[in-house]
Amino acid sequence: MSTTITGAATAVRPTARTRRTRRTGSIGPSGWVSIAILGVVVACALLAPLLAPHSPTDVDLMSASQGPGAAHLLGTDASGRDLLSRLLYGSRTALVGPFLVVLVSSVLGTLLALAAVWFGGWFDQLVVRAIDAVFAFPGLLLAILATALFGSGLEAAVVALAIAYVPYIARIVRSAALRERTLPYIAALRVQGMRGIRITLRHILPNVSGLIVANATLAFGFALMDLAGLSFIGLGVQPPTADWGAMVGTGMSGVLQRHPEEALFAGVLIILTVAAVNVLGDRLNERWEARS
Amino acid sequence: MTTTTVEISTAARPRTRGRAGGALLRFVAGRIAGLLATLIIASAVVFGALYVAPGSALTYLTHGRTMTPEAVAGLKAQYHLDEPLWQQYLRWLGGVVHGDFGTSIIYHQSVGSLLSSRIMATVLVIVMAAAVVLMLGLLVGVYAGLRPGWLSRSAMALATAAMAVPAFVGAVVLIAVFAVDLGWFPVYGSGSGGLDRIHHTVLPAVALAIASVAFVARLTQAAIRAELGADHVQTAISRGLPRGVVVRRHVLRNAAMPVLTVAGLTIAGLLAGSVVVEQVFQLGGLGQFLVGSVQQKDFPVVQAICLLYVAAFIVLNTVIDVVYTLLDPRVSLGRKDS
Repeated sequence: MSTTITGAATAVRPTARTRRTRRTGSIGPSGWVSIAILGVVVACALLAPLLAPHSPTDVDLMSASQGPGAAHLLGTDASGRDLLSRLLYGSRTALVGPFLVVLVSSVLGTLLALAAVWFGGWFDQLVVRAIDAVFAFPGLLLAILATALFGSGLEAAVVALAIAYVPYIARIVRSAALRERTLPYIAALRVQGMRGIRITLRHILPNVSGLIVANATLAFGFALMDLAGLSFIGLGVQPPTADWGAMVGTGMSGVLQRHPEEALFAGVLIILTVAAVNVLGDRLNERWEARS
Repeated sequence: MTTTTVEISTAARPRTRGRAGGALLRFVAGRIAGLLATLIIASAVVFGALYVAPGSALTYLTHGRTMTPEAVAGLKAQYHLDEPLWQQYLRWLGGVVHGDFGTSIIYHQSVGSLLSSRIMATVLVIVMAAAVVLMLGLLVGVYAGLRPGWLSRSAMALATAAMAVPAFVGAVVLIAVFAVDLGWFPVYGSGSGGLDRIHHTVLPAVALAIASVAFVARLTQAAIRAELGADHVQTAISRGLPRGVVVRRHVLRNAAMPVLTVAGLTIAGLLAGSVVVEQVFQLGGLGQFLVGSVQQKDFPVVQAICLLYVAAFIVLNTVIDVVYTLLDPRVSLGRKDS
């Protein structure tokens, strides 16, 4: 008897929570905290030249590997470069790369998925097969292959990741658009003689846009981690450009000599940014699910 | 066309149950055919990539040095560069099928022998990481799903943070704490002999697993919560079935569907992540060899390792897909109709 009651009680709670989100349609406090964190990171990236106390690439071997102090707030790296300045400038590559990846893959993935859903038939099957084929390549592997061919650097990696992420967006948009297409209002629009492209762009796309934004946000986090990892192993952002992933790599020697500041600060910034992106993406996803 | 799929599959369910064996066989055969098709496309991409890159394949072979015409002709003959691209591809593919991946440009050894001495380190780190992901991820997820409370809430908050930890950042933190500070584990190297190898692979495996453990835990928790709130579970509870039976028969079995698929995908995703982790810990596996070969432009090696990773990834995904179908008969019926 008691098990029945607890079972029912636990089951009711999430329903109540969903109802509350449905009414407000908000992303909740954790979503706003994430936006605030990301806002600070974006501001750092935009204002890096104003905020940075030193040049991010000026080598000063006389003051190498210093701990935090008055001259250098967060200390210096093994080449005597100011860590705070490098971290501030590093936010630029950390944001630009993933942003381009997500922009390209979202646009391509959405267009492919919507076209596949509307035309259906053999075209849909072709798109599904193509998506499966690209899905066979893990993003990081495709990016490594691209850097092998086109030389190390952010450009090749960004293009490769953008292609690798298309299936991820396309799959989600396709299944959502498929569901949307079966709804009575689409049939009503068709009966009224509205053209397929207009229905797709004016009605289906806006109705799945929340889902696209949510998953693009989540993809941003994955892209940031992949690109930082690539820079870490030396195939991404090249020295002397400041980059968080690369800084974790150059900070490894410091870790072994028991002053892990460089690797630690850069690592924490990566985790913080990705966590904020992930939480925001989750909240956006929940909001979309609650609305539909 | 797609709209009718659901109705047909439910209506046809009792009837098709009887000949489920044939349908299943057909499904598995279809999946294997798809697997082969994807493998062929993937191999063409891996092989063809070299030819869309700026500069000819020859410049990679000569490393940009100027060579005598005889030497160039020799290289061309050795790598069959005079043949049309599709013929080169078929020759390469034929060799790969027989385990011949060509000759390394840098080491002048057969790629196969270079890879076979390194593959165990990679397999070990991935298997150990996968074990950590499955055990810890499912354990935490099931607990948090079935027993809501402050402990579960903090575990899920921690998982949210852990999901944002890239393997290489986790690796650096683990090295700083457990290798440098506490000295429990070695910093670098792959070790020699069974137990020593495992000892050397513990930190890499944990670093590789962190984000995936968190992901699988969250996924499992969400799936179980969703099932607990589902109508059929509520009905089962209100009928007075013991909670254990309801959880086993209705909640866990249904929740296992999405969890199994995505957990499998996550483990397949460890393949790519292991490249970075091997580099941090200098494990001497395929991933570290891949990064080195990329930097040295040793293309036969890069092609072979990429193909191996992609093949492993595709095979894993297909196995997951088939197992998923074995557990959930509705999937195969739905696919058959469409």
